[in-house]
Amino acid sequence: MKLIRLALPIWSLVLLCVLHASSSQEIQIVNAERRIDLSSHIVKVFLTLKIENTGTSPVSDVLLAFPPTQANHLALLKAQAATGKRKKKTFTFLDVYPAELPEGPNGTKYFSISLHSKLGAGEVVTLEVLYMLTHSLDPFPEEISQSESQLVYYRDSAILLSPYQVKQQITFIKTPSSKIESFSMVEPTNRAGAELKYGPYENRSPHSYSPVIIHFENNNPFAVVEELVREIEISHWGSIQITEQYKLAHAGARHKGVFSRVEYQSRPGHSGISSFRHLLARLPPRVHSVYYRDEIGNISSSHLRLDSKKSELEFEPRYPLFGGWKATFVIGYGLPLEDFLFELPDGKRYLNFSFGCPLVETVVNKLTVKVVLPEGSLDPSVDVPFPVEQYLEKKYSYLDVVGRTVVVLEKNNVVPEHNSPFQVYYHFNPIFMLAEPIMLTTTFFLLFITCVAYLHIDLSISK
Amino acid sequence: MSSPETASERTVRHAFGNVLAFFVLLLIGVLAFSIRLFSVIKYESVIHEFDPYFNYRVTQFLTKNGIYDFWNWFDDRTWYPLGRVIGGTVYPGLTLTAGTLWWVLHSLNIPLSVETVCVFTAPTFSAFASWATYLLTKEVKGPGAGLAAATLLGMVPSYISRSVAGSYDNEAVAIFALIFTFFLYIKTLNTGSLFYATLNAISYFYMVCSWGGYTFIINLIPIHVLLCIVTGRYSSRLYIAYAPLVVLGTLLAALVPVVGFNAVMTSEHFASFLVFIILHVVALVYYIKGILSPRMFKVAVTLVLSIGLAVCCAVISILIAVVASSPTKGWSGRSLSLLDPTYASKYIPIIASVSEHQPPAWPSYFMDINVLAFLVPAGIIACFLPLSDASSFAVLYIVTSVYFSGVMVRLMLVLAPAACIMSGIALSEAFDALTGSIKFQLLGFSTENSQVGVGDASPDNAPAQKNAVKSDASENTLKDRTSRKNKKKEKERGKEEQGGQSSLQSQIKMRLQVLPLESSIIGVFLLIMLGAFYVVHCVWAAAEAYSAPSIVLTSHSQNGLHVFDDFREAYAWLRHNTEVDDKVASWWDYGYQTTAMANRTVIVDNNTWNNTHIATVGTAMSSPEKAAWEIFNSLDVKYVLVVFGGLVGYPSDDINKFLWMVRIGGGVFPHIKEPDYLRDGQYRIDSQATPTMLNCLMYKLSYYRFVDADGKGFDRVRQTEIGKKHFKLTHFEEVFTTHHWMVRIYKLKPPKNRIRGKAKKSKSKASSISSSKKSTKIKKNPWL
Repeated sequence: MKLIRLALPIWSLVLLCVLHASSSQEIQIVNAERRIDLSSHIVKVFLTLKIENTGTSPVSDVLLAFPPTQANHLALLKAQAATGKRKKKTFTFLDVYPAELPEGPNGTKYFSISLHSKLGAGEVVTLEVLYMLTHSLDPFPEEISQSESQLVYYRDSAILLSPYQVKQQITFIKTPSSKIESFSMVEPTNRAGAELKYGPYENRSPHSYSPVIIHFENNNPFAVVEELVREIEISHWGSIQITEQYKLAHAGARHKGVFSRVEYQSRPGHSGISSFRHLLARLPPRVHSVYYRDEIGNISSSHLRLDSKKSELEFEPRYPLFGGWKATFVIGYGLPLEDFLFELPDGKRYLNFSFGCPLVETVVNKLTVKVVLPEGSLDPSVDVPFPVEQYLEKKYSYLDVVGRTVVVLEKNNVVPEHNSPFQVYYHFNPIFMLAEPIMLTTTFFLLFITCVAYLHIDLSISK
Repeated sequence: MSSPETASERTVRHAFGNVLAFFVLLLIGVLAFSIRLFSVIKYESVIHEFDPYFNYRVTQFLTKNGIYDFWNWFDDRTWYPLGRVIGGTVYPGLTLTAGTLWWVLHSLNIPLSVETVCVFTAPTFSAFASWATYLLTKEVKGPGAGLAAATLLGMVPSYISRSVAGSYDNEAVAIFALIFTFFLYIKTLNTGSLFYATLNAISYFYMVCSWGGYTFIINLIPIHVLLCIVTGRYSSRLYIAYAPLVVLGTLLAALVPVVGFNAVMTSEHFASFLVFIILHVVALVYYIKGILSPRMFKVAVTLVLSIGLAVCCAVISILIAVVASSPTKGWSGRSLSLLDPTYASKYIPIIASVSEHQPPAWPSYFMDINVLAFLVPAGIIACFLPLSDASSFAVLYIVTSVYFSGVMVRLMLVLAPAACIMSGIALSEAFDALTGSIKFQLLGFSTENSQVGVGDASPDNAPAQKNAVKSDASENTLKDRTSRKNKKKEKERGKEEQGGQSSLQSQIKMRLQVLPLESSIIGVFLLIMLGAFYVVHCVWAAAEAYSAPSIVLTSHSQNGLHVFDDFREAYAWLRHNTEVDDKVASWWDYGYQTTAMANRTVIVDNNTWNNTHIATVGTAMSSPEKAAWEIFNSLDVKYVLVVFGGLVGYPSDDINKFLWMVRIGGGVFPHIKEPDYLRDGQYRIDSQATPTMLNCLMYKLSYYRFVDADGKGFDRVRQTEIGKKHFKLTHFEEVFTTHHWMVRIYKLKPPKNRIRGKAKKSKSKASSISSSKKSTKIKKNPWL
């Protein structure tokens, strides 16, 4: 309750958007249902909107609004339109792109969903939106000792922030356990075990906002990869070599004071409950020569389970990670070329590989994917399903003369759902495969010739 | 025999022999390289032990910052707050070699990491070393002995112990340099070529760059020269072999920063200069003898001797006075402990505390050189039949190195090549005799003798022919010499030059008459058995005894291999979870690893150049908690690292090294007394231990909350229950303990805020005695 008092003056902005463009007023949200999943450190929000065009002209875009703090932590935003009734529902994915509306109050960020077919006057459409927020759970207290469990804050609004009138809405918030220290009340608010229910609220005006703050226990591993560099090296001799360099950190409440191994070993369920030891990486099937090491050598604590569908690498960092502790390591593996490299009818080749981080339930702050094409490949082009930064580099590897083209893709704030395939297209003439063997043969040939010549030359001055 | 057909046949055989020898050498190189890969296959490609980590770190710096920064490198990560000038205090040979290798590979766009290059430097150079052994032994006793010696060296366990993949230490490169320098010396001695003499000086320079053991060369060669002069073997070739080496070699050696003026100022080098003078006097005498008539010569000798003796006495007495005025008589501590094996244990506990500086036990000879120990005497005998300049050198080498290996177990490494050369000679001679007699017995005399003649002569012929091609001058000197001295040598040379002429036949007959068929077959069989035993032993030693990297420990249990990777766990933790500038205190053994793997500043490390600093750490470890905290705090230490094996039974932990800490600490700070830590002269940590022992920092840090782990506090290394089980730390807090408790890291608690009332109280309470006590305590701490 104290929190509400504190938060309300700051955040209570029930904003009537008078200046807002007339087009948005033509849409009304009949029903909005929000389910916020706080069980891991990635906040997943499922939003179901039933939208009605109350205006006269057809509408093609629907706007979503986010407060600026959420917009900064927004990792993923997907929308789909549901058509059909109940059991015969079909979903079609819709394009989402950031929209600039200069008149948004208090720095509100907008995203626009473009509908496949225009929404005529009086028509109704159901949209399902999924978005994910990272770094949105703030540990409080910020430092905990080994025996304490980790408590975090989650801040959001009880009322859906939207540029449209919302007739009816409800919000469910799911926490990992029923241990909820406190939560804001915005009547009607219900709590049942690990679930909070805000709403239903009726007839809220556009840009209504009612901040809530929830303080609850979350001991899930807050595994954050601060930086991940994935290098995918293609060799046309038959394999793809992947090297992944991780900088891992525990982004939860910082560990304070003593780390006692006795406590940690003797009471595993009780001591260091927010720390983590094990990590799981899902690798493609038919993976071979997997290694797991860091700058000072091999790390022996890992298990690889091979399967026809996928391979799972379960591994431990050198030490258990408590809040604020960091570790770096490298995972490398090889894959058969034919699983990932294909040829188009016009002679172009393309690599089809998954983009994101193979670790389960981790956030990557900065992901760099480097695709090293074989020496002599031309015109690389990339097809990624979401916006990334990209540029080209040169890399010199075994006996290269002209260097290999490297396609570098960079993306910030990556969640496991970004593990979707991307394609790199390029031209490659197989004759370049022979360059290095020919070079070596020539060198040795010349060497032997020189030897023979030297042995037959008499360089002595006097006979 | 002198018909054209046999001559062409001989060249074909000769060519075939050369090609065969080439391939055998190639295979020996592969063998020497691959037998050292057990560590990579069984464990991983990682740098081993302690010193290699320092070398690895230096190499990393070199490849990153270039050679100039390397020479000027002042390392502030170690010996805090003193720091260390790396460029001027390190033997740069190894790092420059690996750095060059890395640079060459990178300019060919072969992206091997510095670590990989470092790991494989030692095996590569052991292949080179076995080739150098071939060359050296070939100069001494022909190619057969050379091949045998090279094979033996390729897998001698003593050398493997220092050159397995990952053992990136100076010795790995230095043994090659040592053998190669000896080869070039012998080569110069045999040919009298200035070309080889110059190469010899350069090779000596490389040796000086690589290892402090270069003093062995610069003392052994003068001794050999002196021996040659005394036994009347002086020749111009000897002069050419020695004089350029001293002049050029000393000049070049002075270029290495770590040696510098030591090359002319320390006693280790005096022998070479003295012999240099003697050699010149002898040369002068021979010259004068040549131009004067014998009667005049006698007069001149008496004249010169009487004056010369007087001058010599004066010079020598001055020299002795100068040398004696320095406290160590101009010798460094390590050299002195070589000459006087009891020196180190008496005066320098740091040198004595290192296990590899202890004298070896008898079994270690069997472990390290195995059957070679039995073959060496035979080889020495073979060297005397006939004795040449080269073989006398080999004998001298083995004799001196046996002595040195008896003083320090580390110098077993110098013995190994000598033992291999001798055993190679012995084996080759034995096989020669045995197979020769078998052939003779089987084929009969008439058909046999030509073939044996060829087979026997060709090895000796090879160098002779080369001589002829390379330099005519040497041929002349060779003849000069043969006309003057060494009847035996003359005989041998004569035999060579005449090839297969009738005098040879009689010799062969004489030699072959000795052995009957059965005994020679048995002899060959036994020799092969001996060789097989040696090979089996070497492979076992390489695979089991010498391949463990020591930073990773393994144990076999019912459910497979169990890995103890605690050291790297702790170092990785330090690297990622402490501030970059934090200082870590530990016993000096872990200094190099901490700087290399954890990248944190250490107080002392394995380069034990400052005894006082090490003693300070030793004192802190053996002081009670509060005093230790004060010492560490004055050194800006943030973390203290101890190695503790009590939980898993890892014997070389800090508690077992603790007495050395007490000794070294007590050597500088007398308030630390060894008897305080011993109960009736016994070192113990159980309930009988002294209160000083039970209250010292090392005990507390090692056993803090140990009793909670198993309920009893049973130390598996000492096989006892610990003496003091429940105690609290007031000035330190545990911040990290590894999985098997092998490394424990503590943080110094920040100083408590002084509470005025309390301070006053204690002041009023405390008597004058305690305050004076306090002040003396502070005085004892050198960093306050």
